[in-house]
Amino acid sequence: MLDIKRIPYGAWLGLILTGLLVICALFAPWIAPAGNGEIVGDVWEPMSSAHWLGTDNLGRDLLSRMIYGARTTIFIASLATALSFSLGAILGFLAAVAGGLVDTLMSRMADLLMAIPTLIFGLVVLSVLPSNNMTLILVMGVLSSTRVYRLSRAVAVDINAMDFVEAAKLRGESLRWIIFCEILPNALSPLVAELGLRFIFSVLFLSALSFLGLGVQPPEADWGGMVKENKDGIVFGIPAALIPAAAIAILSISVNLVADWVLTRTASLKGGRE
Amino acid sequence: MTVKATSKLRRDNGLLLDIRNLKVQAVVYSPSEKPREVTIVDGVSLQLKRGKVLGLIGESGAGKSTVGLSPMGYGRGGVRITGGEVFLNGRDILKGGVRELRRVRGSEVCYVAQSAAAAFNPAHRLMEQVVEAALLHGVGTRAEAEKRAQALFTKLRLPDPKSIGCRYPHQVSGGQLQRVMTAMALCSEPDLIVFDEPTTALDVTTQIDVLAAIKDAIRDTGVAALYITHDLAVVAQVSDEIMVLRDGKMVEHGETRQIIEAPRMDYTKALVSVRSIEHEEKEPTPKPLLSVRNVTAAYGGGAVKVLQDVSVEVHPGQTLAVVGESGSGKSTLARVITGLLPPIAGNITFAGRPLAPKLPHRSKDDLRELQMIYQMADVAMNPRQTVRTIVGRPLEFYFGMRGRERDARVAELLDEIEMGKGFIDRYPAELSGGQKQRVCIARALAARPKLIICDEVTSALDPLVADGILKLLLRLQKIEDVALLFITHDLATVKAIADSIAVMYRGEVVRYGSKTQVLTPPFDAYTDLLLSSAPEMEVGWLEHAIHGRRMESAGN
Repeated sequence: MLDIKRIPYGAWLGLILTGLLVICALFAPWIAPAGNGEIVGDVWEPMSSAHWLGTDNLGRDLLSRMIYGARTTIFIASLATALSFSLGAILGFLAAVAGGLVDTLMSRMADLLMAIPTLIFGLVVLSVLPSNNMTLILVMGVLSSTRVYRLSRAVAVDINAMDFVEAAKLRGESLRWIIFCEILPNALSPLVAELGLRFIFSVLFLSALSFLGLGVQPPEADWGGMVKENKDGIVFGIPAALIPAAAIAILSISVNLVADWVLTRTASLKGGRE
Repeated sequence: MTVKATSKLRRDNGLLLDIRNLKVQAVVYSPSEKPREVTIVDGVSLQLKRGKVLGLIGESGAGKSTVGLSPMGYGRGGVRITGGEVFLNGRDILKGGVRELRRVRGSEVCYVAQSAAAAFNPAHRLMEQVVEAALLHGVGTRAEAEKRAQALFTKLRLPDPKSIGCRYPHQVSGGQLQRVMTAMALCSEPDLIVFDEPTTALDVTTQIDVLAAIKDAIRDTGVAALYITHDLAVVAQVSDEIMVLRDGKMVEHGETRQIIEAPRMDYTKALVSVRSIEHEEKEPTPKPLLSVRNVTAAYGGGAVKVLQDVSVEVHPGQTLAVVGESGSGKSTLARVITGLLPPIAGNITFAGRPLAPKLPHRSKDDLRELQMIYQMADVAMNPRQTVRTIVGRPLEFYFGMRGRERDARVAELLDEIEMGKGFIDRYPAELSGGQKQRVCIARALAARPKLIICDEVTSALDPLVADGILKLLLRLQKIEDVALLFITHDLATVKAIADSIAVMYRGEVVRYGSKTQVLTPPFDAYTDLLLSSAPEMEVGWLEHAIHGRRMESAGN
């Protein structure tokens, strides 16, 4: 099935980087040299053998914070993406297959949500709701599901008009079979491409929220929040803010490298074999 | 000027086109495989004299279009001419480079595409597009070119030749558009026209008019032509010589009459003798399996009536052929019977019980016993499912078969459709066109139906493959005792397989009865038109048919 030798270099790079970050996230307490909130030295110490990446604005070990940050950032972003995808894709397919009033109602609802700028909408909702990771995931998931809904509905409308879907309907298949066994496998390619992008948007959205103080709450670490905490250092030539920013960029690129590879595999109509 | 001068000189020896040992290759990039060269045309040579027509015939993939495009030095989609010489008007056009090719295209050689609807720019009026090449090559002034175009419109028997050029492509019918395209090709007074399946996408009744118009235009202007088609009966009407191609190689080349009447090679013989199926007509039974009574159906909530008062019957184990041109409502009839389009009046009885008009109200048995096979086999199967799932799903769904029991039955069905064991794990993309249609037949059979609706199941296939599918359907009908409702526009198919025939025209059944009744004179005007329009493999049939007609074609 999966031939390791045939994975392209780009995908390897993506897989290794994403894997490393995920391992950091999973085993943070064992990997990190210091605790999450532990103050180990002076403010903004430079890189040294004791503190590989230096210390942050409160004198905490930056490397440890980065590792703990990976945990929060990846956890929240992936759950939010998963939520937005299951919600958006299923509702989008349903709208396409059911058509008529159901389609109109759901599509206009999605339009309504999309009419309000996501960040502002998120800020308003989050400032009212209690700020914990759960609400964060829900708000992020629901808001970005409108984009997924749009895409999956558009893709599914095309597939729904194909003869094989009509054949399934004539056979008497249930809505569930039509959505999950006829339409979903054929809509996978554009959805996977979107998945990579959506995940990155989630990371960026979370970072933006944290930067604005409505995302992950201190003392918990997350990459966006860490950029914010250390941004004042840039004026004094201290690179502490750039390290989490670079981590966000690396995660974005490596996840998309993997998504691209999955995409070429799912796009094959011959089951990935030649 | 120099070009025209040389072409004048060459006019004497009579030889216009001389293709020597043509070799065309393309590089295939399949994923995760090294790019490799494939040879599409291998060592084809042909000669064409001025004013003569050569028919290039073969199945899809035979390389006939690729050979046909070589006089323009053009390779479609990354295809390259890698060997051989193409002499046009006495010079090798492959040697001259792009500049020389541009001078040839549109002035010495013109092209008529298969789908005129896709080949015209929808944003410009017809006249602009017709005279474009003539103006570009400086054949004359705009006024002269337009005058010539109008003369060509008249010659091609287009309605309203003075003003039709002011219309946009969507404002004329398919048959008319194809003739406008022929006028476009003739407008710059070329020496050679390449016709690439110009009538394949048209109805039979329209095809005959376009064919006659093209033939007259060729004769009157003295242009030479390469006529590419897969239909031997069509090419027999227009060409002086025929070349049969297969897998990029020449099979046989000769005078039209010799190819049609005394083919030498086995492959040509197979092509000529296609549709020689023996089928014994069965008498209608007292109790029909399906009876459609006075059905009227409409789209847009009754606004557009597409079926009016249609009544037909299908008898158990027999075949009813529904014939008509596009727009006659024959596919709508299938949609009404399957429940996709509930009728606004009339009723349908199936196996002795009334059939609910709407699909969701039908019982599982109703659905199971009434199966459908589509025209386009490749979109009728989910490209993400293997043959195992495609054929196995009805078994699971209707009979609750699982695992090994199901797989055994799938293998049995594949055996019945003459496909071996190796196919069960293949995806549709890994099957040929004929194999795809066979899998669709197996899927329909898996439900153990009493009636199968076949909607133009052979019209997308090459003649030899279509022949195999028809024979298979007839054989399966005998084994499984299943009735067929066969929707088609092809009369040769109807004659081969039907027990009874319904002729449809503009949503109504104009003639209905047993095969002998329907095909025995006296005919009504429309049936006569339909019957006389179906090309026959006989030299001189076209003139005979045109003169004998009583009614003008509707889609004309």
